[in-house]
Amino acid sequence: MSLAKRIIPCLDVDDGRVVKGVQFVDIRDAGDPVEVAKRYDEQGADEITFLDITATAHGRETTVHMVEEVASQVFIPLTVGGGIRKIEDIRTMLNAGADKVAINSAAIYNPEFVKEACDAFGSQCIVLAIDAKKVSLQGEADRWEIFTHGGRKETGIDALEWAERMEAYGAGELLVTSMDKDGTKSGFDLELMQEITSRVKIPVIASGGVGNLQHLVDGVKQGGAEAVLAASIFHFGEFTVQEAKEAMQAQGIEVRL
Amino acid sequence: MDQKLVAVVDYGMGNLRSVSKAAEHMADARTKIVVTQDPQVIADADSVIFPGQGAAKACMQALTDTGMVEPVKQAAQEKPFLGICMGLQVLMSHSAENNGVDCLDIIKGDVTQFDLSGHPELKMPHMGWNQIHQTQDHPLWHAIPQDSRFYFVHSFYVSPEDKSTIIGETTHGQTFPSVLSAHNIFAIQAHPEKSAEHGLQLFKNFLEWDGH
Repeated sequence: MSLAKRIIPCLDVDDGRVVKGVQFVDIRDAGDPVEVAKRYDEQGADEITFLDITATAHGRETTVHMVEEVASQVFIPLTVGGGIRKIEDIRTMLNAGADKVAINSAAIYNPEFVKEACDAFGSQCIVLAIDAKKVSLQGEADRWEIFTHGGRKETGIDALEWAERMEAYGAGELLVTSMDKDGTKSGFDLELMQEITSRVKIPVIASGGVGNLQHLVDGVKQGGAEAVLAASIFHFGEFTVQEAKEAMQAQGIEVRL
Repeated sequence: MDQKLVAVVDYGMGNLRSVSKAAEHMADARTKIVVTQDPQVIADADSVIFPGQGAAKACMQALTDTGMVEPVKQAAQEKPFLGICMGLQVLMSHSAENNGVDCLDIIKGDVTQFDLSGHPELKMPHMGWNQIHQTQDHPLWHAIPQDSRFYFVHSFYVSPEDKSTIIGETTHGQTFPSVLSAHNIFAIQAHPEKSAEHGLQLFKNFLEWDGH
């Protein structure tokens, strides 16, 4: 009897619609975030993360309505990331019904923002997102660096030091994405996950690279993650969340079934 | 049939919307859920939901600033009362959080931090889905299976002086009281508003409960 490891489906939303194709949803509902969230909830998802890729002000407003709509019908934790830059952005999302917000680049430009956010709303709702990429230079040991702009822009910040610093600043959870693995379907960067999970006391969500159910198991067993996040294996109907949980349980991982 | 009024206490903190939405989702046509700061509404309500999130000090401060201490104490003495998360912890006498905070003292006992020194593999906060072992019968457990999983987020836990108030326990390195009951009060460390079907069932049970 103990805490279950979590499975978190991640949805990209733009202007209030889910933008990645979702095979298992009926065509006329395709892209409706409420329908998709409900489906994942029924399959036993432990949380749902929305990544808002909207660039316009109008689109943001639509995202807020979307969160309101989902939160009034789906009763599991909801996280919203993307474009969270100010205290006011956090307040708006929490008031709309989000339980947590994921902060990424705003923390890099102004690390104190993380402290302010945790002081204002509590660590429980502040997820710190880290996009890391392995850097191999001749004559130097390999290391991981934080990248922004979808992995295109280096920051010079060491990912492991950053993880420790953000924990010290009050972040309640870390969402760690390997930019090397993201989209490859070849599994998490387990080395990166191990390095970070062994350094911090707060829960770590592993992200980037899931292509099959064994990858989820490895993220927990080898990577030390408290939760695993995946998008495409669920969106395209390859696996249900339920199947993923059964696979994890079969290998001795405690899950909520 | 008469209207039934359920007040969700708004002291400017916490995920009020999630709580009121979950209660509304399970309410029947004659039940009205109102999020309120008005002591009179709380006094008039048939039952009261007291949610909460964040830190104990900020929570007590917000209760004091909004003039809600007395109405909440009053409600906790006389009508069906559901405390959630920080809404459980502040019912106790004292919390060790924020270098020590005096709380509402409605249930005698303390709030202390987890000691995970013997468990390097466990993370803090205690965040995620854990089981609640029902140690005593209660009307609010109706149709909720033994050892069901609920969603938790916290780093502190309650220790009531009177152990007979404990009706649910959870284990995270150590076994701690996760649900207390005293007369008309049912108070839970987990977030039923985020605990899918079992959490919704708990709201349904609360809305149907007469406090006995």
